Amino acid sequence: MSTQIEQQETETEQEEQEPDVESPGERRRAEKREREAERQAQRETEEATLDDEETVLLKVFRYDPEVEGKQEPRFDDFRVPFHKGMTVLDALIYARDEYDSSLTFRHSCRQAVCGSDALFVNGSQMLGCKTQLADLESPVRIEPLPHQEVVKDLVVDMEHFYDQMHAVEPYFDADETPEDELEEQRQSRENREKVKMSTRCIWCGACMSSCNIAAGDNEYLGPAAINKAYRFAMDEREGEDRKQERLRIIEQEHGVWRCQTQFSCTEVCPKDIPLTEHIQELKREAVKNNLKFW
Amino acid sequence: MYEHDVIVVGAGGAGLRAAIAADEEGADVALVTKLHPVRSHTGAAEGGINAALRDGDSWDLHAYDTMKGSDYLADAPAVDTFAKSAPEEVIQIEHWGMPFSREDDGRVSQRPFGGMSFPRTTYAGAETGHHLLHTMYEQAVKRGIEVYDEWYVTNLAVTDHEDPEDRECHGCVAYDIKSGELHGFRANNGVILATGGLGQAFDHTTNAVANTGDGCAMAYRAGAPMEDMEMIQFHPTTLPSTGVLISEGVRGEGGILYNGDEERFMFEYGYANNDGELASRDVVSRAELTEINEGRGIEEEYVDLDMRHLGEDRILDRLENILHLAEDFEGVDGLDEPMPVKPGQHYAMGGVECDENGETCISGLYAAGETACVSLHGANRLGGNALPELLVFGARAGWHAAGKDMKTAEIGTGPSAKSEDGAVEPPVEPGAIDASSEDVVADGAAVEPTAVIENAVENERERVETLLEEDGINHANVRADVQETMTQNVNVFREEESLNDALRDLREARKEYENVAVSDPSRTYNTDLIHTIETRNILDVAEAITLGALAREEFRGAHWRAEHQERKDDEWIKHTMLAWNDGTPELYYKPVNLEGDEEDYEPKERSY
Repeated sequence: MSTQIEQQETETEQEEQEPDVESPGERRRAEKREREAERQAQRETEEATLDDEETVLLKVFRYDPEVEGKQEPRFDDFRVPFHKGMTVLDALIYARDEYDSSLTFRHSCRQAVCGSDALFVNGSQMLGCKTQLADLESPVRIEPLPHQEVVKDLVVDMEHFYDQMHAVEPYFDADETPEDELEEQRQSRENREKVKMSTRCIWCGACMSSCNIAAGDNEYLGPAAINKAYRFAMDEREGEDRKQERLRIIEQEHGVWRCQTQFSCTEVCPKDIPLTEHIQELKREAVKNNLKFW
Repeated sequence: MYEHDVIVVGAGGAGLRAAIAADEEGADVALVTKLHPVRSHTGAAEGGINAALRDGDSWDLHAYDTMKGSDYLADAPAVDTFAKSAPEEVIQIEHWGMPFSREDDGRVSQRPFGGMSFPRTTYAGAETGHHLLHTMYEQAVKRGIEVYDEWYVTNLAVTDHEDPEDRECHGCVAYDIKSGELHGFRANNGVILATGGLGQAFDHTTNAVANTGDGCAMAYRAGAPMEDMEMIQFHPTTLPSTGVLISEGVRGEGGILYNGDEERFMFEYGYANNDGELASRDVVSRAELTEINEGRGIEEEYVDLDMRHLGEDRILDRLENILHLAEDFEGVDGLDEPMPVKPGQHYAMGGVECDENGETCISGLYAAGETACVSLHGANRLGGNALPELLVFGARAGWHAAGKDMKTAEIGTGPSAKSEDGAVEPPVEPGAIDASSEDVVADGAAVEPTAVIENAVENERERVETLLEEDGINHANVRADVQETMTQNVNVFREEESLNDALRDLREARKEYENVAVSDPSRTYNTDLIHTIETRNILDVAEAITLGALAREEFRGAHWRAEHQERKDDEWIKHTMLAWNDGTPELYYKPVNLEGDEEDYEPKERSY
């Protein structure tokens, strides 16, 4: 507490020292300088009161193959000031901008749609931007997604994930489209509803990283790719031939049959896609399909 | 050195559409993007795509609404081309499998949007952009289009002829983020800039962190002017804590805005007695801020957007994503309570000057999507017009660059389109700091393509080495200063004095930027370096926005000036242009073309 009182005193002194200001612009800039001084004082206060409740301790995984001293993986501690509504991503950005600009992680949209900040937080896959710090136990341990090669700090190599997504031929391929280029292909509301959840995938890779089977079998298509196959196989606008082709892809040795229904993908999906269900449904489709030939 | 016929920089909606179009024309095309394509900000678009698809609607009605919405600062050839091509483009992505929301008869649904005389906004829930982006990426995969993902294009390779109209773009320089290596990219036919928005010039924005105006700033420094940069759209419904967007679809479906006294202020205080909550975005943004400034806001910061009365079924069917956003980012259950909203920076109507084929005044250099200014949106973009824009003009840029035979453009570009010099007296000389060392135009009169590219690569290598090796301040401080002054001084409400303040602050930031350095020495995934280079781009676009705003002494569309409370058609139906001119920004004007295909667009009073 004593540090806070000191800080207030400093502020008062600054106000007294402030010369008479002329224009609002100058006043604003003076205010800005003042705010900066405040921020600086606040930072010092924060560093001095490491046990204060209003801060959160992050334990962040660090690794950089290029930089001496970072080649051995380790955890760095960052103590960041907490405010209501603060997310894991906010805390990481604060740590990077205020303490260590080399702290590396992917992020872009901050609204759970670009899928670039999937992280392993306190032992679970989640999107940094939509995870409230208040919901987590302290200290908050932040690691890169497991089962993927670490490029640097929290950045993992996504190539394998993308390869698996591409392996299911992830594009719409209708038998025929209306000849009139201004005429849409009809799709029933029910059918759209059926594929709706599967189309929400943002390719974050959380599911793949949480899957025990994928961890042990590098060729397993994985939940995201199978979900992608589901999205097209269940779309009534693609014809029967294409559906057969899609089922053939997911029925391969490292396809749907590998899934052991552990539900970990469904649990971690930040878009609430019922991935395990979709995989099981494709298994049923595949069985039904095979029965036809007996 | 990598070589392709067409190089598309940025792989959001416009970039993907351009690449697919170039591929259709048989060109060897590559996408070079600092994110992976599915991470692009197009994915965050929520509301929908406008196109005249139904009986009772027609392209010319759509064009008329767009021109009226633009407050007559759009060019008719752009507007007409856009409205005519939108239906075909929208149905085409439907044919590509886009999961649009559907009517009972299986056709795509359409809903009303602000400023539209017909409910012509097609949508896929409140996540239209996500589906559009993924559908287009799927088509790029289908066609085997080459993607260099996580490659950051830092510079263009352009010849150094004195007149920008004589210059030629031969390629670009890109930084492989994973390996830290710089490479030249040679484009035999053209480079298409599709780098998206510049929202990071402001600190409260709906834009992604990646939206730093890269394409705009690169083209500007290479000699292609920036057009109508002062025209920044503020979206009236963003979440106060983060800037996350709450779609206009909420108001389209019947959502209601309330002030702190629980009054429906759009009617109560007469901001828009005809359209209420569905008035144009600029009108609603100003209304909200006026309420807040006059003490009728909530916690002096925001107003409420209520959709509870729409009923759970309708909300879940059409706006489900909004529930998630309000819950995750504001802790509010939209089914149970109103959502807090305030205006936030959303879209740049201005951008790289180009014609309706996407080409800039530099031969071989194209722009499409938000980074471009054709100009389609003029002083105010109507909701639902951005996604069809990136389809229509992305495709046209792709076709043209690939060599398709297209109608000669009617919109003029470059210095020869100039009508008069701009008059503005900024308090400080803009853009002058550090001009010479980062002149991106190739020096040594190199006109042979390979030499131009090699030269550009060498310049970039020097820049990167310097940033990595020298000691200095963190770019984050400079960026924060720019964002702060822009939000404080160049926001929804603008006045001369604060615009001047902003210019002084930006000049100070430029000076500070001279001392930035990257403290992370790593060549592997160096985000510190990337963000430092981006901050330079932010500085250039922020200055252009502010200069343009200071010069335009009238009130048009999104551009409100305290001292000038009327639209001055006699004087101001003209585009604000800013050209780099080797480090000395030159302000000039270009006439607006209101000659439409059917008939000329006659400026009308704006009635609310």
